[in-house]
Amino acid sequence: MNALETTPTPIAAPVGILAELTHRCPLGCPYCSNPIELEQRAGELETHDWMRVFSEAAAIGILHAHLSGGEPAARRDLVEIVAHCKKVGLYTNLITSGIGLTQERLKQLADAGLDHVQLSIQDAAPESADRIAGYKGAFARKMDVAKWVNEAGLPLTVNAVIHRANIARAGRMVEFAVELGARRVEIAHTQYYGWALVNRKALMPSRAQVDKAVAEVEALRETYAGKIVIDHVIPDYYARYPKACMGGWAKRTLNVNPHGKVLPCHAAETIPGLEFWNVRDHSLGDIWFNAPAFNAFRGTEWMREPCRSCPRKTVDFGGCRCQALALTGDARNADPICHLSPHHDKVSEIAATFDEVDENVPASDYNYRMLKTQVPA
Amino acid sequence: MSNLATISDQAKPRLPRGVHLKHDETRGEWLLLAPERVLKTNPIAVEILKRCDGTATLSEIVDDLAAKFNAERDRVDADVKALLSELAAKRMVDL
Repeated sequence: MNALETTPTPIAAPVGILAELTHRCPLGCPYCSNPIELEQRAGELETHDWMRVFSEAAAIGILHAHLSGGEPAARRDLVEIVAHCKKVGLYTNLITSGIGLTQERLKQLADAGLDHVQLSIQDAAPESADRIAGYKGAFARKMDVAKWVNEAGLPLTVNAVIHRANIARAGRMVEFAVELGARRVEIAHTQYYGWALVNRKALMPSRAQVDKAVAEVEALRETYAGKIVIDHVIPDYYARYPKACMGGWAKRTLNVNPHGKVLPCHAAETIPGLEFWNVRDHSLGDIWFNAPAFNAFRGTEWMREPCRSCPRKTVDFGGCRCQALALTGDARNADPICHLSPHHDKVSEIAATFDEVDENVPASDYNYRMLKTQVPA
Repeated sequence: MSNLATISDQAKPRLPRGVHLKHDETRGEWLLLAPERVLKTNPIAVEILKRCDGTATLSEIVDDLAAKFNAERDRVDADVKALLSELAAKRMVDL
């Protein structure tokens, strides 16, 4: 041991778990954050597996449990899972499309101790919303669900993913969330991974559309101060510095997929050579501290230039590993969104191809998210 | 802050559903949990928030704190209003 050796920074406990309870979902949103290779129903974790996972999550210091999917309401044991999370002291957030929820089921969820509902809205205009979701009647159903959430006394967040077909109504979406009784709204410009990357050509707006939408939403902060909290995720293709993806790799949260595989982020499986562990073989704590995939990009030691000597390396952690891979071919590179990246011109080139686009996107341009039909062996 | 004056002494502040004050054993600290938010809470804030039960009025909460901590009432009043107006703006307290 060298006396001058620096003590390694201890790994902090995670604060959130994103539980992808299933990848089944009736909607086909072309920007879905699930991986392209969706997990089949066969092989999904059982109720008792999830309960163990949530008990372990609480024990290692996780605070928020985000119950997501696919559509989590497609799981018949959702109420049981919520009740268990409540029992072990986790804050439960249901991330839902609303499809599959009934008034009765929402009441049961509220009684089981659900803390919060986040409902996705594809657009404030009904026909466009259903076309984006690839599901007729989705919009109307969501209106009912919002009403039932309020009636059950649960706090509501409306989440809207913004892209070319709805960007003209980004500000309207905030007003719409207020009308639906939401206390919080997420206006999240599409991030291009997974399905959104496949659909980038049909989704990406022009710089002019983005500037207008961002200004519109920012101006509403004052209008609705104290009435609704606006969380605004702005598009990074037009940014100068990358976002601090996930608040840093394996620093704050983890994802458990429907089959029990634990990932540092949604898109981590796109990175070749990472070894992921499964909750069937390891405890959640063992995975958080020791799984190779979690330690691959933890901290700053893995970084190359221009990140390595950059004063922002503990601010944005080099940006997003998956985006670095997708756009530069190597996950260890700086996220090319950063203007200091030698690959930054690739981002500008891609963005420039969208200069002339308008909001008309024919549905035939979308590759809707779907589960592959299982081929019998 | 402009909205300080708008908190009535008769308001009965409470933590809405979906907001919890929790003692976190792992980190050994009090936290205020809300949708997608975790706020660290100092000992003064904890004492204030524990009293926001939707029954006690703001003026009763201030009286109680001033008596318990043997502090000047005006200062306590300012502290309580500053914290609650900040949290109300984040929709983490209902007034």
